[in-house]
Amino acid sequence: MDLTIGPVAFFWTAETVRGFYRDLAASPARRVVIGEWVCSKRLPFWQDEIPGAVEVLSAAGKEVALSTLALVTLRRERRQTADLFEAGLPVEIADLGALRYLPEGVPFQVGPTVNVYNEGTLEWLARKGATRVCLPPELPLASVAVLARAGRAAGVAIEVWGHGRAPLAISGRCYHARLHDRAKDSCQFVCGDDPDGRDVETLDGRAFLTVNGVQTLGHAHTTVAGQVADLAEAGVSALRLSPQASGFPGLVRLYDKMARQDITAGDALARLQALMPGASLANGFLAAAPGLRPVG
Amino acid sequence: MMELVCPAGTPAALRAAVDAGAHTVYCGFADETNARNFPGLNFSRPEMAEGVAYAKARGARVLVAINTFPRAGEQALWHRAVADAHGAGAHAVILADPGLIAHAADTHPDLRLHLSVQAAAANPDAINFYAESFGIRRVVLPRVLTVEEITAINREIDIETEVFVFGGLCVMAEGRCSLSSWATGLSPNMNGVCSPASHVVYDEVAGQNEARLGGLLIHRTPKGAPVPYPTLCKGCFTAPATDTGPAQTGHIFEDPVSLDATELIPRLQRAGVTALKIEGRQRSRAYVAQVVRAFRAAVEAAEAGAPMPAGLLAKLTEGQSATTGAYAKTWR
Amino acid sequence: MLRRLPAPPLSPALAGRALSALLRRIARRNPAILSRLGPHGAARFLIDVTDAPLLLLMEPQAQRMTAHRRSAAPVPGHDAAIRGRLAAFLAMLHGSEDGDALFFSGELAIAGDTSAVLALRNALDDAELDLTAELEALARPPLDVWLRRMMAAAARRSGYVLSREV
Repeated sequence: MDLTIGPVAFFWTAETVRGFYRDLAASPARRVVIGEWVCSKRLPFWQDEIPGAVEVLSAAGKEVALSTLALVTLRRERRQTADLFEAGLPVEIADLGALRYLPEGVPFQVGPTVNVYNEGTLEWLARKGATRVCLPPELPLASVAVLARAGRAAGVAIEVWGHGRAPLAISGRCYHARLHDRAKDSCQFVCGDDPDGRDVETLDGRAFLTVNGVQTLGHAHTTVAGQVADLAEAGVSALRLSPQASGFPGLVRLYDKMARQDITAGDALARLQALMPGASLANGFLAAAPGLRPVG
Repeated sequence: MMELVCPAGTPAALRAAVDAGAHTVYCGFADETNARNFPGLNFSRPEMAEGVAYAKARGARVLVAINTFPRAGEQALWHRAVADAHGAGAHAVILADPGLIAHAADTHPDLRLHLSVQAAAANPDAINFYAESFGIRRVVLPRVLTVEEITAINREIDIETEVFVFGGLCVMAEGRCSLSSWATGLSPNMNGVCSPASHVVYDEVAGQNEARLGGLLIHRTPKGAPVPYPTLCKGCFTAPATDTGPAQTGHIFEDPVSLDATELIPRLQRAGVTALKIEGRQRSRAYVAQVVRAFRAAVEAAEAGAPMPAGLLAKLTEGQSATTGAYAKTWR
Repeated sequence: MLRRLPAPPLSPALAGRALSALLRRIARRNPAILSRLGPHGAARFLIDVTDAPLLLLMEPQAQRMTAHRRSAAPVPGHDAAIRGRLAAFLAMLHGSEDGDALFFSGELAIAGDTSAVLALRNALDDAELDLTAELEALARPPLDVWLRRMMAAAARRSGYVLSREV
């Protein structure tokens, strides 16, 4: 197994993005997906960083793909999606509608926000030219195993959500703006204040969700640290790590050990918790349990 | 006249809807193949055939929703549902999963296909893509769009559009939400349930009513006040203070409101919408009859260019506020 | 203060027997109720009509209904409980009011196994029961007089017409 780094979910400054990809170039990750995944309003603030990041990453031998938005509604967003296919790099679709722009015979990748739940859909995507699919985070191991088998037969590499706050929902409404009593159109980019999203707790103070603009994430960090052997046996070919604001290079190194199965599950979990002191870690989805179920 | 598409969770509700003036009724089989897989609800195979016959005899049509995402390795259950809906004489099936749609298009070329709201086709490109790939005839639009966007979409597509006008309101893009499985392990996409009753507990604690989902406190109300069903996206939560913002407690995603777009019907008609959909397969036959009667009067008024009848549904939304949702841009 | 409905002129045991007979009759004439209930048919439902003197325990699969004095402790063991005034129960049973609306508005409160309650509500809604007809078919003296008085009082108080024929 190897590692894919997903697109940054959060609204970071151009400078932060630049530093992040410079660090990633030196990491053991095999491939990187880059692009605005969540909100098109953020893109002008950092899109000039994309060519430089692609260059740095490619020079370091990484495979680089460009991500579409997860929810495309506006005319501007549709144009941006079409433009992505002209950029000369592989595209990872995060919204199925993006396939309308796919030039005939061009291979593509599929991100975790596209609903690939069964072999019928996987095979259909393979016929369209999909070469790599990151499965939706909520899928249990039994489904992952069936899909990994079907993927092998159809020539599609299967990835699973390996680490990070899982994307749970996307909306037309911006909850970050709503928390500041603003509408999406007058958001004043408040999501930029929270580089790992804004926490949402239940009324009795239990950490539950994280709001990231129009996207809602789990609060606990989903991790497969204790389940890597199962995934390898199922035939999964890559783990996807979702960028976070602090300590990411160390996480990539740790997951690289896991992907190469150089570390036991127990050690992996202990080291992960040490790298993220105080963070809650969850692994319910793969076990067909509530996704927020704590590790251990 | 705009077509009125009405919910039926039981054969009794189907008959109530048809008798009350529904042009079309949608329903599902009693299993995981449909997105309202609730206890005690939905249709057996014989009930579906009887329902179709009842509707046909009165000039109405039945759509069968098979709008969950088939489980890997167990697609046969969903394939059988499509075949049985076809066999029962359904006017169309409402599907969300591309693999299942591809199967239906290949195996049942004469079966009319509608794209479920669960497919979240939110722009003309996505809709045209489904139409061109599979011969989809109608799309149920996600509830994330404004009337202006719906108008624009209809200008760019050739297939029919159906929009929700009344009932429950998803605030997230439908078919793309895992909040429920995050909290309970069961999701709309995989199991056809959201915030499932099996994980709901109502309790009275220290003189207050509490509603929990999967052990998580979602609502707390003073004793005597009703406590809403703990649907996650309409729950009450706290966002603790940050460096830049104060703490907020409340309905962070959406208030416990339901959708009522009655006043927008004339604009939706001008926007080129073919059919108006009422949510609520989990509601009683009494509710269905009342809502269908009211909306039948409304679409007839719209057809005649008359103003929308006011206050028709005041009783049904009593105690609960209603919203026009995303159809008005300010909602975002 | 709750205004109680007329007390039945019989013991809880007799009331239970009459209600079980009603339940059996309904189940016989509406087999879809039990099939809709599925696994929830085995649940024990506590029916707490707050303006009636007796608590009822309904066991659909066993087709048994027992009555218990409100004052008698402890409350019989159950899996799910539905609590509210008679008018709200009748409105739901008779389909003149939406069950969801009754739950949302707090007229009916539920506790315990929420799935079982929903299954019961949906199964009963599909059955389109005509309560007056079901009761009249069963009632013999002295129960008939009490039932008729109770139904009339309930109809008056709730404003619901409880016969399907009207």
